[in-house]
Amino acid sequence: MQKSLSIDANKCTGCLQCEMACSYENYGVFNISKSRIKVFNFEHAGRMVPYTCTQCAEAWCLHACPVEAIKIDAATGAKVVNDATCVGCKVCTIACPFGTVNYVAATGKVQKCDLCGGDPACASACPTGAITYVDSNWTGLDKMQQWASKTDTQSRANA
Amino acid sequence: MGWTKKVLRVDLTKGTCKSEPLNMKWAQEYLGQRGLATKYFIEEVDPKVDPLSPANKMIMATGPLTGTMASTGGRYSVITKGALTGAIACSNSGGYFGAEMKFAGWDMVIFEGKSPKPVYLAIEDDKAELRDAAHLWGKSVWQTEEIIKKTHQDPQTRVCSIGRAGENGVMFACIVNDLHRAAGRSGVGTVMGSKNLKAVAIRGTKGAGGIRDGKAFMKATTAAKKVLAENAVTSQGLPTYGTQVLMNVINEMGALPTRNHRDVQFEGARKISGEAMHEKRPTDGKANLVTNAACFGCTIACGRISKIDETHFSVVNKPEYWGATGGLEYEAAWALGAANGVGDLEALTYANMLCNEEGFDPITFGATVGAAMELYDLGILKQEQIGMDAPFGSAQALVKLAEMTAKGEGFGKELGLGSARLCAKYGKPELSMGVKKQEFPAYDSRGIQGMGLAYATSNRGACHLRGYTVASEVLGIPVKTDPLVTEGKADLVKAFQDATSVFDSAGVCVFTTFAWTLADLQPQLDAACEGGWSMEKLTAVGERIWNMERLFNNAAGFTAKDDDLPPRLKTEPAKTGPAKGKVNGIDKMRPEYYKARGWDDKGVPTKETLQRLGL
Repeated sequence: MQKSLSIDANKCTGCLQCEMACSYENYGVFNISKSRIKVFNFEHAGRMVPYTCTQCAEAWCLHACPVEAIKIDAATGAKVVNDATCVGCKVCTIACPFGTVNYVAATGKVQKCDLCGGDPACASACPTGAITYVDSNWTGLDKMQQWASKTDTQSRANA
Repeated sequence: MGWTKKVLRVDLTKGTCKSEPLNMKWAQEYLGQRGLATKYFIEEVDPKVDPLSPANKMIMATGPLTGTMASTGGRYSVITKGALTGAIACSNSGGYFGAEMKFAGWDMVIFEGKSPKPVYLAIEDDKAELRDAAHLWGKSVWQTEEIIKKTHQDPQTRVCSIGRAGENGVMFACIVNDLHRAAGRSGVGTVMGSKNLKAVAIRGTKGAGGIRDGKAFMKATTAAKKVLAENAVTSQGLPTYGTQVLMNVINEMGALPTRNHRDVQFEGARKISGEAMHEKRPTDGKANLVTNAACFGCTIACGRISKIDETHFSVVNKPEYWGATGGLEYEAAWALGAANGVGDLEALTYANMLCNEEGFDPITFGATVGAAMELYDLGILKQEQIGMDAPFGSAQALVKLAEMTAKGEGFGKELGLGSARLCAKYGKPELSMGVKKQEFPAYDSRGIQGMGLAYATSNRGACHLRGYTVASEVLGIPVKTDPLVTEGKADLVKAFQDATSVFDSAGVCVFTTFAWTLADLQPQLDAACEGGWSMEKLTAVGERIWNMERLFNNAAGFTAKDDDLPPRLKTEPAKTGPAKGKVNGIDKMRPEYYKARGWDDKGVPTKETLQRLGL
């Protein structure tokens, strides 16, 4: 079964545990400026939204890379940057429609989410279930269920 | 290591910024944040210093767990001699600013002197410089943060600043970070303003590294988060209702100070409670509360994000206040509401927004309005003096007075003095409801006896966050004690004060103590910091910090007489509720407390006590 990160922004509190977990997993330091997942705070709407790579099936970044530094991890389906091959040309950052591949000036390479080899640290660290790692085919299952229950209530009320 | 081992020293008079190594000997004795910065402060500043003179210093400090994955590990504190109190001040704030300071590579920033003109400090990792703030002076906290982020072209910069209250010398001005988190009490923002320092902007990209034992740290923090997740208060009560979960509880037990402590129960409590914030308003069908929110690293998320009723009289023509922003916490809702007898949730929400926007403490402000309303009620303050009718319960007066205080206009200037100076000015010093010139928070000590002692002996003036015996006396954490008796409260208060000193020095939030004891914090600190942090060592650190602060206050001129409550709480019994007929037994508890502390009958630590604590 292939799994995907599923994000439910309604549950996010903006604590940034995910960002710290990501940087710690990848760099051994708590440093949110190195995190591959970002929480955006829409202050005046009162909304916090975690955002990261969704691992597109036909990944723009992968196709754009001139040196084939981005490969598919067969086990997880993640598009993974090979640091040794990456030349830091940033074409992938332009190709990605979502902005989730980022250049790191300090290393001269790009970085993106690699699903931590199948056990994403952000999902483990999230205290509210805003970030979960679930069956790729059913990322919306809980939302469906939630709305289904409402529909049911509605019809009962109308009956 | 936990610490970055670097201190930034900013000389505002000369305009210089210098890096120096952290005193690691002191770090082993005082841990960080509150304890360590207070040690620096006391070593460098004359206790008799005028808080608003250039000779006073101000320290912004993080703890060893700030910026780490320890739950709530985002705290920082501001340590100075308080403008409001003249006592040692230590105001703690959440949000994201503290972690950013750590990420930039600094344990603390020491400000000394006074800038000849308005400046702000800009930090980008190792680089720190003072920049001209002429364009920011006269601006609110909200405007300042926005302008700095635009100028720096960096939305990820974190900012703390003073608003117009801090510039105008409001004695209880705070330092606000991330728009609505504040180092709130004792007038630390007034001190900042007196130094012509408008803001501190930080961008840190280095992160918090150097954890002594990474594996043990992750294990310890994960275990501690589980404790928070399995505790009803930290996993349900606080996220759902915020600290406002207390409004109805405290009112029912007859410990909700009402109308300047004339009453202990407020008939309008329900209308300004956490539950009310969830209810749909008849006007627009929306709830006051939009969502809960967390500070950096916090897995509790008690913060309130609110949207005001656009049709409410206070904002009907002010669309700039219609967006979501920080909402009412319990202490603010009480001070702006029950303390004045105002039961209008939306008026309180607006007044609270002004406190955030212009940087002043809603507790002291609300309590001062309560005192002014009593002076008005007694006929001592007249309508012409205040500029309006100001009877208890008037939401109109509350709102108008908040605006006037923010801008330093008319009677707002007098309110800006705080209740102690205001009541003294009008010949009624006994009507100021506070200790050491700082107003009480939201617990009436006639109904919760231990809090009377905690207030009277708090090193920063009346405060609930120095020894929160409410946890024990009301909620039964860690053990239930009877709120109506004085027996055993001396030891209880001491235990809470010492443990809290450690939490405040670690970089985590004191709200964790609804679920954590020192035994939950200890493994996290020990894994993060070198030097072997046992329970014994931490307990000693807590008591050492408390006594160090006490020594400063004694040297500043405070005596046992200042460890007292206003006569009202000692002579006017509670009129209603479970505490009906009770006064606070401070005079009985005080000597017991001194004894438990190892102090003489004048409240001075004995030689043996100082020796035992290595002071």
